[in-house]
Amino acid sequence: MNHPLTDPLLISLAAPLAAALLLALNLPRRWVAGVAWAGFLVPALAALHVWWHFGAAPKQAGYAFLSEYGVGVPSLGIGLKLGLNGIALPLFVLAGLVGLAAGLVALRSGAERLRGYLMLLLVMQAGLMGMFASVDLFFFYFFHELALIPTFVMVGVWGGRDRTYAAMKLTIYLTVGAMLSLVGLIAIYVKAGAHSFDLVTLREVLAAHPLHATLQTHIFGLLLFGFGILVSLWPFHSWAPPAYSAAPSSVAMLHAGVLKKFGLYGLIQVALPLLPSGFGPWTHLLAGLAVFGNVLVIGLVTIAQRDLKLMIAYSSVMHMGYAFLGIACFSVLGVGGAVMLMVGHGLSVALLFLLATSIHQRTKTFALDRMGGMARSAPVLAAFFAAATFASIGLPGFANFWGELTIFLALAKLSPALAALAILGIVISAVYGLRALARVFFGPAPAEAAGEPAQGAPPDLGWGERLPALILLSALLFVGFWPKSISAPINSALEASAAFSVSGGAPADAAAQAPR
Amino acid sequence: MPLSQLQAFAESNRWGAIWPELLVACLALAVLLLEIVLPKSAHRRIPGIAIAGQLAILAAVLGGVAPGPDSQTVFSGLLLLTPLVKAMRVFFLASSILACVLARVVLARQSVPRVEFTAILLVVTGAMMLLVESHNFVMLFVALETLTVGFYILVSYFRGSVLSLEAGLKYLVLGALSSALLLFGIVLLYGVAGSASLPAHTADGMDYGALRVFLDANPHCFLAGVGVALVLSGLAFKVGAFPFQFWIPDVYQGAPTPVTAFLAVASKGAGIVVLLLLTGTVFAAYGWLVIPVLGSLAAATILFGNLAALSQPNVKRLIGLSGISHAGFMLLAVIAGLKAIPGSNAAVASTGAVLVYLYAYLFASFAVFGVMAHVAGPDDADQQLDHYAGLAREDPFLAAVLAIGLGSLAGIPPLAGFLGKFLVFVVAFDARMYGLLAVAVVGVVLSIYYYFGWIRAAFFGPAGQSGHARTPVAFASRVTLTALALCSLLLVFFQGPLGRWIGR
Repeated sequence: MNHPLTDPLLISLAAPLAAALLLALNLPRRWVAGVAWAGFLVPALAALHVWWHFGAAPKQAGYAFLSEYGVGVPSLGIGLKLGLNGIALPLFVLAGLVGLAAGLVALRSGAERLRGYLMLLLVMQAGLMGMFASVDLFFFYFFHELALIPTFVMVGVWGGRDRTYAAMKLTIYLTVGAMLSLVGLIAIYVKAGAHSFDLVTLREVLAAHPLHATLQTHIFGLLLFGFGILVSLWPFHSWAPPAYSAAPSSVAMLHAGVLKKFGLYGLIQVALPLLPSGFGPWTHLLAGLAVFGNVLVIGLVTIAQRDLKLMIAYSSVMHMGYAFLGIACFSVLGVGGAVMLMVGHGLSVALLFLLATSIHQRTKTFALDRMGGMARSAPVLAAFFAAATFASIGLPGFANFWGELTIFLALAKLSPALAALAILGIVISAVYGLRALARVFFGPAPAEAAGEPAQGAPPDLGWGERLPALILLSALLFVGFWPKSISAPINSALEASAAFSVSGGAPADAAAQAPR
Repeated sequence: MPLSQLQAFAESNRWGAIWPELLVACLALAVLLLEIVLPKSAHRRIPGIAIAGQLAILAAVLGGVAPGPDSQTVFSGLLLLTPLVKAMRVFFLASSILACVLARVVLARQSVPRVEFTAILLVVTGAMMLLVESHNFVMLFVALETLTVGFYILVSYFRGSVLSLEAGLKYLVLGALSSALLLFGIVLLYGVAGSASLPAHTADGMDYGALRVFLDANPHCFLAGVGVALVLSGLAFKVGAFPFQFWIPDVYQGAPTPVTAFLAVASKGAGIVVLLLLTGTVFAAYGWLVIPVLGSLAAATILFGNLAALSQPNVKRLIGLSGISHAGFMLLAVIAGLKAIPGSNAAVASTGAVLVYLYAYLFASFAVFGVMAHVAGPDDADQQLDHYAGLAREDPFLAAVLAIGLGSLAGIPPLAGFLGKFLVFVVAFDARMYGLLAVAVVGVVLSIYYYFGWIRAAFFGPAGQSGHARTPVAFASRVTLTALALCSLLLVFFQGPLGRWIGR
């Protein structure tokens, strides 16, 4: 048990909140940037700290850095309990790093009413850190909502094209998803009968006395579609492209990069271990939706995009399909691959959104047809964008590669045909990714093509933009070259989970393992 | 009547047990007396004195929020003092104090007497306390009429405003109708209970205890069923449940804002608690009738309230319509309590859910009404969403309180309303009310739309459309609104004595 003042997890979520509170207190203008900086930096440092010390930290049921605080509703078994296991750790680090990058982008975005913008972003950051650090299901949901609500407001106020429409659609879709998953979580709480929202307790109780298989299937369905809407599972994805396209870049980075992972994380951390035999009947539906909907249909839709930001938005929907496929494999390999991909995708999509905004600042447009030749005047930007595109396609050397590779390996065991279709997706992402890269950075500049004289070449990335991009890219490469840094804790957490050991890796076995 | 019986009656008249009600009544009289005694120049201090007096009473009853061990029957079974009604005393007193604070803001803009307003408000508050304490239909009806008559006056208090007078008339006519329904139900029950051909018939059919014994012995009597349904209808009027909700928009719009707030929070709270008490004890044997009736009412109430509020430009009507849906959510918890075994953990939990929901609703509603009182212009009935445009830029404090209040009403974490909805969902799920739960989820999603529309108007609308000056926020209002916002923010983390109602 840590002292509250030295508990890195508590600090990581209290620091952004404290910074937001300070900003609300009408600080002198010159302090605003410093306070916000600190609010974004502290969680990132805390995240790196816990990642460094995770291996050696004493663990209890797989959770390190456990601490409980006496807030909540004790009579219902709700209490703020923080801790990280091997699945939460990489995502916690992801949240810290992407949060820092998004904060840096926001600080120099020159948004109107910057103070309010930073406050909301800091609240969102606190929610993200808390979401992955919570061991209590109530607070897990609570922190997700804490991060989600500012998103609605920021898209609605500081957004670009069609922001009102995008914000409303986002709000309604995600509220539906959140409510469905809330009902699912309540269902687990009530049916487990343990009078506790503590995930560790729930795991123990449900491992000893599993719920009836039919009931598990029903609750799993609620969670699958609730979480699925939050992760833009096809056909419930249609909120995502307009929202990301309208969102200011920091919000798009944080939402697509981190917040959206809540649904997948919930499926892996809550639904699979607590309802292991509830997943069987859903696996084929999920795999089908993911392959045909997210990967193929959305992949083709992505190819058709003529707008850089919309293209990135659709590609993010598409890549979620792979993560769903990994989960649908229901094996240590597949689910572990999904977690790896979540990390890789979070970093790469955040980098892409960041760079898209940089491109927009230079060209004043997102239309791919009106760009070209930027590599000559902005080689660093071009290099970053190329790296982000390669990462997003899943080329070796980047974090995404390991995620996709393991998912395909796991999928091949489940169904070679599905694996082949999914691998087709790689070709699709290569088509749109490389084509965008070529359009934006190579070929003639649009003015030249039209025969007009060039009006001053766009400048290269400044250091203010390079720093956040560098943070994200180095994390991508780090995991790409040393995947064990995060795969080891993921593996140990998954292998320790009873759900996977009984299932033996295939959903068919899991269905046969009906309890009682 | 033999002397010993008289003596027994006298002994059960424990005036000490109802000291808060007595103090509130005395305060009401004292306020009127002060107006006569004090010089005219000092009259403007009287509402302040009334608030101070109520605060003193509130401080004294505050200990009653936590669930106590025992119940006490006093006045020969007319009143039953349970832990729940003690918690409701605090609720009513807090509502009345907050309504008084709002009245200081709103009445200052009108040329109407202020002292009477406070006095009537206090009488109504006392009547509400007695209403939830009553254990006898005669007592219930007398308390209810005291409260309703008080509201007739309060609703039409702005004599110069046509809308206020219209609202008063509507409340009078429809209120009388609902009272008649209730009374007819009571009389039917009394008559059936007294018919000698039925088992366990009683001459004392007004008493809840005796009536319950009779109803338990005759669980499928048709006439009694009609009586039960009529009593439920009368109460549904007070709560504003569909299909007895049609008076709400007009009355809420026309009534002065403090009265609207008091009507929305305290009157609805009283109705829900009476419903909870009656259905859970006296009508327990008629669950076969009560549960389906209330269930369909709750579903229709949630859907109607939210759908009707979607396109409502007048904020007073909007909050009235959204309040209808909140009544529906509370009904959900009431039904969950009925499905549970009486006295079991689940039954206690659903009472706790109703109570927490009510308190969260109190904090959030009065925060919103407090902002409305300051934003409104000289015409109290004309409060449009457009008037909120640019509020965040001109008065960030009011805008922040509004956002917290509306967010809490929408049930968004980390605000108090979320805890209320969460507890309702838990008890509803526990009672296997899956269909109603689905309706509630739809309701929550719908409500997000209009609450966010209001917040959006306040934060992102173009400035300068209101056309009239907003009332500057005085110190007392600022303290009150800050306290309400803090309560909304912190209830999820710390529930204090209220927390002991939750769960086991």
